[in-house]
Amino acid sequence: MASDVQVLESAVVRFAGDSGDGMQLTGSQFTSSTALSGSDLSTFPDFPAEIRAPVGTTFGVSAFQINFGAKAIKTVGDRPDVLVAMNPAALKVNLKTLRPGGLLVVDTGTFNKRNLQKAGYEDSPLGTPELETYQVIELDVSKMTLEAVKDFGLGNKEALRCKNMWTLGLMLWMFSRKREPVIDWLEKKFAKLPDVAAANVAALNAGHAFGETAELSATFKRYQIGAVHSVPGTYKTVTGSQALSWGIVAGGELAGLDIVLGSYPITPASPILHGLSGMKEQGVVTFQAEDEIAAICAAIGASYGGALGVTSSSGPGIALKGEALGLAISTELPVVVINSQRGGPSTGLPTKTEQSDLYQAVYGRNGDAPMPVIATRSPGDCFEAAIEACRLAVKYMTPVMLLTDGFIANAAEPWKLPDLDALEPFKVEFAKAPEGDEEFSPFKRDEKTLARHWPKPGTPGTEHRIGGIEKDFNTGHISYDPANHQKMTDVRAAKVEGIADDIPLQDVDQGTEGGKLAVVGWGSTYGPISEAVKCARDEGLDVSHIHLRYISPFPANLEELLKGYDQILVPEMNAGQLKTVLRDKYLIDAKPLNKVSGQPFKIQEVLDAIRAELATEE
Amino acid sequence: MNELSTPQEKLTIKDFTSDQEVRWCPGCGDYAILKCMQRTLPEMGVTRENTVFVSGIGCSSRFPYYMNTYGFHTIHGRAPAVATGLKLANPDLDVWVVTGDGDGLSIGGNHLLHALRRDVDLNILLFNNKIYGLTKGQYSPTSDVGTRSPSTPQGSVDPALNPISFALGSGAHFVARTVDTAQKHMPGVFTRAHDFKGASFVEILQNCIVYNDAAWSDITDKKAAPDRQLLIEHGEKMIFGAEKNKGLRFNLDTFSLEVVVIGENGVTEDDILVHDETNRPLAQMLGELGANPGEPVVMGVLYAKAADHSYTEAVLGQVEAVKGKSSLKDLMYGGQTWEVK
Repeated sequence: MASDVQVLESAVVRFAGDSGDGMQLTGSQFTSSTALSGSDLSTFPDFPAEIRAPVGTTFGVSAFQINFGAKAIKTVGDRPDVLVAMNPAALKVNLKTLRPGGLLVVDTGTFNKRNLQKAGYEDSPLGTPELETYQVIELDVSKMTLEAVKDFGLGNKEALRCKNMWTLGLMLWMFSRKREPVIDWLEKKFAKLPDVAAANVAALNAGHAFGETAELSATFKRYQIGAVHSVPGTYKTVTGSQALSWGIVAGGELAGLDIVLGSYPITPASPILHGLSGMKEQGVVTFQAEDEIAAICAAIGASYGGALGVTSSSGPGIALKGEALGLAISTELPVVVINSQRGGPSTGLPTKTEQSDLYQAVYGRNGDAPMPVIATRSPGDCFEAAIEACRLAVKYMTPVMLLTDGFIANAAEPWKLPDLDALEPFKVEFAKAPEGDEEFSPFKRDEKTLARHWPKPGTPGTEHRIGGIEKDFNTGHISYDPANHQKMTDVRAAKVEGIADDIPLQDVDQGTEGGKLAVVGWGSTYGPISEAVKCARDEGLDVSHIHLRYISPFPANLEELLKGYDQILVPEMNAGQLKTVLRDKYLIDAKPLNKVSGQPFKIQEVLDAIRAELATEE
Repeated sequence: MNELSTPQEKLTIKDFTSDQEVRWCPGCGDYAILKCMQRTLPEMGVTRENTVFVSGIGCSSRFPYYMNTYGFHTIHGRAPAVATGLKLANPDLDVWVVTGDGDGLSIGGNHLLHALRRDVDLNILLFNNKIYGLTKGQYSPTSDVGTRSPSTPQGSVDPALNPISFALGSGAHFVARTVDTAQKHMPGVFTRAHDFKGASFVEILQNCIVYNDAAWSDITDKKAAPDRQLLIEHGEKMIFGAEKNKGLRFNLDTFSLEVVVIGENGVTEDDILVHDETNRPLAQMLGELGANPGEPVVMGVLYAKAADHSYTEAVLGQVEAVKGKSSLKDLMYGGQTWEVK
């Protein structure tokens, strides 16, 4: 029995196997069981771009990493404490991530000559010095799974598909997680295939039972990870795509508008299209367009018609939308444009994460075409950020770029559900017909926000014509007048700049206002930067963390705030884009820390840079 | 939903004419189309506030500025996509798309194809002048082979696209053709297009007086027209010619339409085909006529067969069927959650 339970503060587990081994399912089920036991967590699905790469190859390896604990978890963890390798290729690809002394579980049933060759091993690494620094548990999972499911009449291939559940059972035992949520899920998923459901449950139970009864080496301990002491409330595990979809719908409700999404499938943004397409009960209209251009054009058409148009894509798709973005800027129509960033340029690394579309968001259009840009920092943050994008779009009659990335989109974290009734509405009022003989102008502006009013077709008296040609400041009619173009260009810029006064002042996430070093980040680098700054401060270093949501315009106090530090370090998963914008805006010596390997920053990498930065000063 | 509004008095051509100075070249065929539209809309009994003209880029795409309705001059080729979104957001509007041979068939070919395939409830007018006018005379996808233009000084080599074949091939449910000069014919076609539920596609042969003058004169010249144009009506025999003695007959041996003369070679009026606008293969054959000597170009509604539901109705129907069954709160707070106290 489980007598030897060791209490851990947190642990990082990485499941790795062939694409066909169901590692993403294993990981997400482990996640949901972990979340339900109240631990905080962060996940990192790391899968190949190929849908079905050849079986057993290193490029077909799919992995899922989860960091969970009884404390606030901000990153996916630098190095796993436990690595589950379902075949030689998974071992080959992932072994280097396992921390020295970490626990390695391998399915020896797959370590045959053919699989070893495919993975690039001449001889089996099992029992060799290569694995000496780890605690290795060799189990013939394949054989034990076949044994566990033999009564259900499945073919050999189908039976072996249950291997992931056997492994999951073992991991659930190891970390004292409940099996019930997984069993419920399996029974629902395979409701129409009761034998398959029963076999998977049997495999899960067998893996769990194996942990309980097997006489393994003393290192094979059972761990207990407690619940994190969080703020009271109702919690749920969400991915960024989910929270973002909900935020868009909430934004539409707060504005009193219908949501019309125009989108085209693209990795890693498609889950937003799927999420919103599944929200018809909440009144969302979705349109899977023929291409990226049609997707944003339909969103613009919807906004012209009086709904809130939304489009979602990733970098290559945003590139195609560039001309239409200009149209929305020029006609001053609200559109929420979501960029779930991935590695670039061109097709780049579709399933890997990067933050390299910041220039594209801020500058990537013809003409002087400013638009607000805001960025999400974590899965849960997507909800609030999406609402903010909707608010700015309708209040300022402008497209808004909402930057997220593949990591945030797919990662899951426990999230305290917000009180929806407490959200501040920003109800839209459409333009009214002028009284008397006054001519209606679609470009009548609010004096404070400089936003034009929004006429809705179908309303008598507000008939008007607009387009991408320059418009007269007063009447909205076509105008080629030089002074007018200058004025319109200026007013479009001033309108967006003015948003700086309508957004919160920039706060310091950790540390002090002013000091030796500020680490300035944006987007999904929040976790590693936060942890690294915490470690550095624990070491006594004078470093603070500032994390930006608003990229364009910057908050009104940002310049003053940044000039209070001797040094500025900007870690980014790109070649230095925010750094350039900060230097340009404020003429400050922002130093870059860049990583474009398709993997999130490790805490250690940021921490090392902080130390090096502060060392150079002395 | 929009407020219901009943016109107090009958609207006239003036009500649909905007105060903007029309800036097409003098003599451009677009003037005639514009006038015809401004004249016909009041007769359809539509309101200004419920009517929207959406266009792309090109000479024809300036059209919305001259209509005293709602109008959106968008970007090159994308009008069908903008109009689709508009219709999804505000389905009660009458949405017209105005495009040209370059805008609709070259840069925007994909969007036109999909708007027709989906059967979005739009009225699409394609002004075909077989040339790029606004960019000063380059050949277009409907230009005849050999067209000399600034970009093809030795003559173009790529074959012309037939807009009617394109529309039918895209799965359009309503396909018609008319000519800019046909002030009597055009209103009827516009009205049919407007009344049709689903995407209606109208090719308008239009003259560009500056860059491709007389491109259609071999079929529009007063003298030539009777023998070069076949005006069709559903349920009527397809007869044409100055003498009203030519007609179309189906030749079983060649599996194609042929022009025959009543009274010659034993042909009687009974041999002449009756137009059936619900017959898609017939429409395809009619649309292609005119390329060979002696063949007339067919004018009128070539094909009209409405689907049970237009795209917009089907999409919005799926939403309406379940809307309100659960709230955002139900969705967010449903499923696996846990409490921290």
